[in-house]
Amino acid sequence: MADTGAASAPKPSSSVKLVLLGEAAVGKSSLVMRFVNNDFQENKEPTIGAAFLTQKISLSTRTIKFEIWDTAGQERFASLAPMYYRNAQAALVVYDITKPSSFTKAQHWVSELQRQASPNIVIAVVGNKADLASNDPPPSTSAPISDGDGIVAVPTDGGEGELEDEEETIRKVPVRTAKAYADEEKALFFETSAKTGHNVAEVFTAIANQIPETALKGPRGAGGAQTQRTEERGRVDLGVRESGAKEGCAC
Amino acid sequence: MAAQNPSTPPSSELPTVPFTQEGTELAKDTPAAPSRETTPPPLPPRPKIYGLLGDRPPTSGGLRVPSSAKRPGLQSKATTALSLGELHAQTNRDGSPASCQTRARGRSRSGSEVDDSASIRSFAPTMQADGDIESLLGEVLGDSEIQTWKIMGPQFPGGQSQGASIFGNGPEFEEAFEHEFDELTELETDGSNEELVVKQWKAKLKHFLVLSSAGKPIYSRHGDDRLISNYIGIIQTIISFYQGANDSLKGFTAGNVRFAILSKGPLNLVAISKLDESDQQLRVQLESLYMQILSTLTLPSLERMFKARASTDLRRPLQGTEILLSALADGFTRGSPSTLLSALECLKLRKSHRQVINNTLLKTRSPNLLYGLIVASGKLVSVVRPKKHSLHPGDLHLIFNMLFEAGSVKAGGGENWIPLCLPGFNNTGYLYMYVSFLNVNNTSEQVRERPSTSSGEDEVAILLISANKDGFFELKKMRDELVEQLDKNGSLAFMTAAIKRGRPSCTDIIPGTTLRHFLYKSRGNVQFTMPSFDPYFSTPIARRRLLTLYTHLHTHLHTRPTHLKIHHTTSGNCLTLAWTTPLFDLYAVAPGTTSRAALAQAANRVVQWVRREEERVFIIGGAVF
Ligand SMILES: Nc1nc2c(ncn2[C@@H]2O[C@H](COP(=O)(O)OP(=O)(O)OP(=O)(O)O)[C@@H](O)[C@H]2O)c(=O)[nH]1
Ligand SMILES: [Mg+2]
Repeated sequence: MADTGAASAPKPSSSVKLVLLGEAAVGKSSLVMRFVNNDFQENKEPTIGAAFLTQKISLSTRTIKFEIWDTAGQERFASLAPMYYRNAQAALVVYDITKPSSFTKAQHWVSELQRQASPNIVIAVVGNKADLASNDPPPSTSAPISDGDGIVAVPTDGGEGELEDEEETIRKVPVRTAKAYADEEKALFFETSAKTGHNVAEVFTAIANQIPETALKGPRGAGGAQTQRTEERGRVDLGVRESGAKEGCAC
Repeated sequence: MAAQNPSTPPSSELPTVPFTQEGTELAKDTPAAPSRETTPPPLPPRPKIYGLLGDRPPTSGGLRVPSSAKRPGLQSKATTALSLGELHAQTNRDGSPASCQTRARGRSRSGSEVDDSASIRSFAPTMQADGDIESLLGEVLGDSEIQTWKIMGPQFPGGQSQGASIFGNGPEFEEAFEHEFDELTELETDGSNEELVVKQWKAKLKHFLVLSSAGKPIYSRHGDDRLISNYIGIIQTIISFYQGANDSLKGFTAGNVRFAILSKGPLNLVAISKLDESDQQLRVQLESLYMQILSTLTLPSLERMFKARASTDLRRPLQGTEILLSALADGFTRGSPSTLLSALECLKLRKSHRQVINNTLLKTRSPNLLYGLIVASGKLVSVVRPKKHSLHPGDLHLIFNMLFEAGSVKAGGGENWIPLCLPGFNNTGYLYMYVSFLNVNNTSEQVRERPSTSSGEDEVAILLISANKDGFFELKKMRDELVEQLDKNGSLAFMTAAIKRGRPSCTDIIPGTTLRHFLYKSRGNVQFTMPSFDPYFSTPIARRRLLTLYTHLHTHLHTRPTHLKIHHTTSGNCLTLAWTTPLFDLYAVAPGTTSRAALAQAANRVVQWVRREEERVFIIGGAVF
């Protein structure tokens, strides 16, 4: 329970339920793996269903235990997402800065969360794979940059497909565009790299700081039990929903 | 919802049998089944394992299982292969203490009607399409090497004297096997390197294809659409030619390559093998791929999609399933005793230790639990299940494949919640599986989530399956209690020790024996046991060769028209034995210098050993509630 090196008086500890959402292969699991194990895998296989992990971080005044749902981005699992975000206090909506479609998908997730999730949910919009854009800080200079804003020196014109230099052939979602969107939705915004570790801890810390003190439950919060109870009503057979959706797009 | 799933198969009523004996209740493939929405679904066709004659008819056996001189007329034109009949003496060893001569292995049902006609069909395309296929598939199929059958070259000196097989013993086979699982080079957009890529593609020993009956590619183990579309077109044409004649094609041979086809409603699954497997064996593999597709989609949704649009592109709904299909396919190519025998392997544990684990599972069982499993490095440790529901080896194989072969679940760390359909249990709906890997090496430091870096061998997985979609936290709680108790009562330590011990070697089992390896399948338990692959079969290629040998023995035991009980193959390098009784199938391998009497004696010792160890090497009954 105690945080590393916390020989002093134990800080109050509370748990935060967090869900990761986003298109397949944007790097959700990689972000979690970096955050939890400080590890990265070059060829990570897609998540099946969802994975549940926990990780603690220490803030100045308290310890936060994240209970993390890393969901599968593949379309066929989409109907299960509500189960994971319904009781979440925080959400990481992840896209891949090299893939415009993933940014569009991220916007869909944000609006779904705003409609369906808990009204106080803290949302962070996260543009991952920042290491692929060559003028981002190189891995060695992963000096603490507490804000995803202002990383990119070269301003783009905001238009996608704008080819200013080599980098632009890789980066497809300009920082400015994404940041503006996040501001509008009152969401946090970061660009990260699960590969280099750039900004990963920062996202989680920022989220932890954003969670209102009053919303924090004890470490052994009744969250699990609540989840079960409240979700009884919402039991929908995956098959039914899924195939419905599929028919929709097949016709 | 958990316990009253409609599709309880008849055989699972037996409360003492933990696993359903596949093939017992199954009729032949009936592609056009009635609506499965409301009525309890029939089980998907199960791999026929024992007893039933394989789909390969006796006559077609003439091609791949060269007939002895007694049946020269049945030999197909494509093979002038030296007959195995010349190499082995086939004996009914009535004198063997444990042998049993009585049972005709239930071959009556799928017996001759199908097979006779199939045999004719099977060969027609080879002859008609030979030219086309050869020109298309080039060296692979057109290889004029006639000797197609002696994969185990070194073990069959006769094969060598006949020029041997290009695959099997030669450096070509080794080379091909070594690169079998390599990715093909990316095809350039301008197609400039097509020749190279096609060459790599043709060098593969095994291909698996899944097509829709409209001919759309759904899955291919090797090569993308662009590369393989021509070949798919040809295969599709051949298949539909026969379907048009209301007469489905089961398989054909071109050169040294066997094509086996499994038609399942809107899907055609094709296996293309140079590994000298029988149609029956290939179709068991195709069945497994089909089950994986159902596991992702469920049968009703698969049918609905194709009913809505015959030209449906299944790739999208199956997104992510390719990895699982490829993991299955590669397992078959590497050689899987479990699939060959359609049986499961258990972790060898003392009976009393397993009892404690069973009781702990029962004690901590949570209300919505359907099945609970403890699995250690791919071997089953314990099962808890409702009285009315057996587990299906095919379903378990899918689960093991997902957890231990495809890396996604294991690599993630943490706990997983996975929706999946277990088609053997009920192919119409989803279940939800809680998965947690324990690192048993660190039991001292309070068993927690496995670090992502640990290797696969020492892992114990707890699998808790429920029909309740929201059951994650309930099952997580059960897992926590279960692990705590298993730790307390010493079971984790017993498991760890058993995992460390690994499989016994042949000489552990029979001191001083020359026996090199064996497979023993208990038919009643649908489980098998075997000694360690070390030291003789440690490398993948050695293992593949061993499995090929078993494949041949299996073919002999299960596709011969005779009521074969014991089958011996002798050669300078290798002496083998296949023995079937109503209780078990036994396959054994010894060096060629061994005398037959010695091998027979060793076989008897194996049988005695299994008797003695039965409740250790097999799960008998399991924990039932
Ligand atoms: N270069 C680079 N590659 C990354 C980064 N993060 C993830 N990847 C790679 O992107 C691929 C997909 O990563 P995952 O973490 O599996 O993506 P996911 O969002 O969890 O995907 P699903 O589970 O299918 O939803 C993997 O091959 C990762 O190695 C990153 O920051 N930089
Ligand atoms: Mg993932």
